[in-house]
This record gives sequence, structure tokens and C-alpha cells, in this order.
Amino acid sequence: MAIFINKDSKVIVQGITGGEGSKHTSRMLHAGTNIVGGVNARKAGTTVKHKDQHGAEIELPVFGSVKEAMAETGADVSIVFVPPAFTKDAVVEAIEAEIGLVVVITEGVPVQDSAEFWALAQSKKDANGEQVTRIIGPNCPGIITPGESLVGITPANITGKGGVGLVSKSGTLTYQMMYELRDLGFSTAIGIGGDPVIGTTHIDALAAFEADPDTKAIVMIGEIGGDAEERAAEFIKKNVTKPVVGYVAGFTAPEGKTMGHAGAIVSGSSGTAQAKKEALEAAGVKVGKTPSETAHLLREVYPEHEEASNL
Amino acid sequence: MDLYEYQARDLFEAHGVPVLAGIVAYTPEEAKAAAEKIGGVVVVKAQVKVGGRGKAGGVKVAKTPDEAFEYASNILGMDIKGHTVKKVMIAQGADIAEEYYFSILLDRANRNYLAMCSVEGGMEIEQLAVERPEALARIAVDPAVGIDQAKADEIVAAAGFAEELRPKIAETLIKLWDVFKKEDATLVEVNPLVKTGAGDIIALDGKVSLDENADFRQSGHAELEDKEATDPLEARAKELDLNYVKLDGQVGIIGNGAGLVMSTLDVVAYAGERHGNVKPANFLDIGGGASAEVMANGLDVILNDDQVKSVFVNVFGGITACDAVANGIVKALEILGDKATKPLVVRLDGNNVDEGRRILREANHPLVTSATSMDEGADKAAELANA
Repeated sequence: MAIFINKDSKVIVQGITGGEGSKHTSRMLHAGTNIVGGVNARKAGTTVKHKDQHGAEIELPVFGSVKEAMAETGADVSIVFVPPAFTKDAVVEAIEAEIGLVVVITEGVPVQDSAEFWALAQSKKDANGEQVTRIIGPNCPGIITPGESLVGITPANITGKGGVGLVSKSGTLTYQMMYELRDLGFSTAIGIGGDPVIGTTHIDALAAFEADPDTKAIVMIGEIGGDAEERAAEFIKKNVTKPVVGYVAGFTAPEGKTMGHAGAIVSGSSGTAQAKKEALEAAGVKVGKTPSETAHLLREVYPEHEEASNL
Repeated sequence: MDLYEYQARDLFEAHGVPVLAGIVAYTPEEAKAAAEKIGGVVVVKAQVKVGGRGKAGGVKVAKTPDEAFEYASNILGMDIKGHTVKKVMIAQGADIAEEYYFSILLDRANRNYLAMCSVEGGMEIEQLAVERPEALARIAVDPAVGIDQAKADEIVAAAGFAEELRPKIAETLIKLWDVFKKEDATLVEVNPLVKTGAGDIIALDGKVSLDENADFRQSGHAELEDKEATDPLEARAKELDLNYVKLDGQVGIIGNGAGLVMSTLDVVAYAGERHGNVKPANFLDIGGGASAEVMANGLDVILNDDQVKSVFVNVFGGITACDAVANGIVKALEILGDKATKPLVVRLDGNNVDEGRRILREANHPLVTSATSMDEGADKAAELANA
């Protein structure tokens, strides 16, 4: 099962011919991702050479548009590696083509661009009133369902399949936590990104993990800025029955300074790590002071009989 | 990036928002000359990026250029909530009949924009929002549409402006939207927006925050940067394209990824509680790449911080594996040579960690200590900083 992506996901790469796009296409293929092609309007009709998971040479077709790529390959997931100046157009194209999931890795996208493509995505609903296109990111490491599919830049060899679900604003903290809990393994680990405006939120991921039978326990990683963690805490209190542990980075961050991620800023008294920790604890979520303590807390709540052996 | 009032005023003017004359001055002499140029009654306003300057005595009405000189002498150099006043704006005096409030800002939670407007301006908006929330209209703005005529009409009606005033205010709001949109702002606030005795609408004081991610398409924004107020180490880091924030502590920090670095600061601060209360000296994210050159640049900036007593390098080897990072550290120390003088604690984990640790062990640099976990590394670095 896992969430949002699995072995059946058919993935196209927007920006497949660029440096980052090419490098990560190769890594994703190596991790077993079913990449079916790429998009670059200026190189439509050409192919790019890569190796599949078993090292065999393959040629991936480059299409002129997301729509064309979807029609030719049946792709249902796109990953975006284009530079910030072109990211909005790339995401808009994916939304207009009505793809199911678009993962936006690019860092440095102007926030008004993100707000605009998010508004567009929200306006496209299917017959059941559900949003057609899920967006993950921007400024994120993407998503990995170990052993099945990697749509992002997370190192695929940290750990394998297991029962922990992870949602995080940060890339390297995702890797760190996967490493700390590598013996348990992960159902899906999703990096939602550190920008002020992002597509998929902590709450969306928590809801999906709650509904996913493969996920036994959840780690939620937040950081300073905004109030997404506080809202996630409310959501957990009302809707999540699985064990959740939390971690928040940035207790020592000064007011008014952006700490690396565009969204990581304490404004006045709002967005502090302390407030987020308190909100999570009030919702019954144990919060670790450090990544290692958080991993320890997860082990304490992890359903014992489910551990490693049967996963 | 937050702008000074005079910079906001200039942006407003460039987008057709009605403002009064305003000239920035760095000395009392310049203030006097500006007052002479503007003529009549002027206001000497401290330019600081913090609220409450009026109460602190940073805003004075001057009836003559000599008064402007005198007030500027008092205000320049003044400390307002930890901010030293280095410049004042000499603003044309206004005949204020009524004061209003307007702002448009990025609403992170709703992933759209929020316009706020009130016929009761002048006071702190946080105070108004708490004490009289009904007096503050809050209207969501669709990023795909913005503030068009219909939205502007909706806002002025919701704020409770008198019928005859609405068209003029709405016209100003549309221009302020232009500022927000065309300048890639995340906040445009006017407090107060005033009606003069003659019935004109004027943006009397403005606050603007710009999105630095949009700098690639906002060539004019580079010159709005406050170079004189920037910490010299931060300025140097910026030149080297490093993501660095200076803090007040003794343990220099280098890591990869914003979240991991923030987390490292916290872990070092906790460890510091056991070692004479030493604290992290900086935030420095060298990104996923972590090449030798970037590592050397990072170390160079940190070692130039006189407060720093030890350095903690905390890297999780992901896409750039630990062996490459270890080689980067060894080469960086070679590049720095005698300039490297402070002990380094290096914690590597992740891809090819054994190889990475082997490289550091074999290099056997006298300044480098290896740690096997983040907690252990933070503890060692704090201990060394307290030695």
C-alpha cells in the first residue's frame, strides 16, 4: 500500500535533460522507480540514455509536453527539476494536463508563483469534488516508498520497507531519522518542503498514513515558521489513532532570521519551536528534544509484535 | 527582506500610490537641506526596521529647517529596541483628517493572500485585532485574481468606509496590489492610510517585505539591501554564496540541509548546558553538495568569528556520500593551512560512512576529532569550546 506512490507509479521527469534532472533520473531508476519518460519542449522527439535497476541500457523518450507524455506512456506522476524561473510554468503544465501527482524538488521558487499554482490546482476538481492534482513541495526532497518507488532525491539505500511512516519539512532530517530507525524500515517517507506555501501538508500526510494499513506508527518532523505543526496537532488529536511521535527543529533560532528554508522564520512570537512542541504534546504526541531521542520515543510506541520480522 | 519606510515610500510612488514628499538623510545637515527643499512643516522620522519608534521619541514634527537639524541630531544614533538609528526620513507634513489601515500579506495557512482593512488606523494593528476585531475587515484574496475592482469594492465595503470615500480608497488599494504583485512582496502594509483636510487619500507610512526567492526577476531589489546594517561575517558569507546566520555563541556549526543544521544548533545548545553554557555561534548550511571548496569557504567564515572556540561539522551523507565530505574537509584544511586554528569535531553518518571516517583517521589532522553520533559530536564540541 504505502502512501501516494508505489511500485505501479509511472513517473515522468520534467527537466529530464538538465543536470539535476539527469543525475536524479539515474538515481531514481537505480532505486527501482518506473520512469517512463521526460519532458522538454525544446528536445521533444529525442531520447535520453540511462541504466535500469539491473544495469541494462535503456532509452527514455523526451516529450514536448506533460499532456503528450501522459497520453503516450500512461504516466500518473511527474517530478519537476526545472530552475526556479521556470518552475511555475512546469507545474501549471502538469496541473493543466491533470496528472495525479506532481513532486516539485526545485528550491528558490518565488512564493507568489507557488501561491498561483496552488490556486490553480485547487480549482481543478474531479466528479467527486476531489482535487485532481496533488502537489508535493516545492523545495522538498520528494517521496520514497522503500523497495517500490522513489520520486525525489532521498538516498534510496538508507533503509528498506517497514512500518514507520514519516512526514517532514526537512530533507536531511528525513534522512537522519530514516537512518536512526533503519532497523524498523519505512512504509513511505515524505518530505513536504520548507517553503511558506507548499502543496501537501503534514495533515494530508498524517491522514494518508492513518488510512494506510502498512503504516504502524508515524514520525512527524517540523521546524520553526508558520503554524502547520499546531494545526497538525489539532488534527492528530481528532483523527489519528496510530502512535505518532514528533520532532521540531529550531529552538535556538533567533527572531526575524530566515534559517535556510524560506519558510523557517520566527516572526514576533509566532512560529516558535516551543509553541509547536507544546501544541503537539497537548495533543498527546511525544516530542523528542533531539533526533536520537525522537527515534527512541518511536521505538517505545512502535507496536512490538509487528516489528521487523513480518515486514 | 524587510524594507525601511523610505524604501517602501519610494516603491509606492513608483507604482502610483499617492505619497507625500520624503527624503532620506544620514546627517543633521542633510536633514536640514531636505527640510528646506520640501518646505513648510516636515516630520523627522527615524528609519528603523522595528515598530514603536514614535513612543521611543523617534518621530518629531519640525516647523523649520533648523528644527529639522536639531531633531535629526537627537534621533540619529538613538537606540530603538536594540536598533541604532543611522538615517532619518524628512517627510512633508500632512494635514490629517482621518486615519485608516490597509495591508495585504501572504497567508501561509490558507495558501493565498489576506487583505486587512479598517477605518480605524494609526494604532497597532495587533492591538486593534484583539480589542476590536469587528473593526478589522479580513478578506481572502485569490492569488490567481488579485485585487481587481470587484475585490477592492468588496474590501472597502467590508471595512465600512463611507459611500462617497469608497471609489477613491478602492483605487488606492488596486495600486497597492500592484506594489505587492509586481514587486514580489509578501507584505504591503499602510498604517496609516490617511484622508487629508483637502480630501486626498495618502499612504503616510508603509511597511514592505520582499521575497528574496524572486530576486532573479527583480533586478532593482539588490540595491534595497541594507549592506551597512549587515553583520560583516554575514556579508562575507553572502559573497561566498553561503547560507549563514550569525548568532551569539562559541561553537561554530557547519552542516548540510536547513533542518539538520537547525537541529544541530539545538543539540549543541543542550550540550552547552553541561559545559559552561556555551552556545551555537552560527547557522551555516552548506547544502547537499558539500564540496571541498564550499567546506573551505564555510570554515573560513566561521574561523574568522572571534567568538568561536570550537567547530562542529555535522553532515549526513546522502547524495554526496561521507567519503566525499571527508575528502572535502581534509582539502579544506589544506586550503586554509595556518588559518585553521580552532578544534574541529566532525560527525559523519549515512552513505559510505566507514570510508569517510577512515579518510579522516588517516589524514590524522591535529585539529580534527571524529564523533560517531550527533549527540556525541555536539557534546565534544561544547566541551572544547568551554576549555
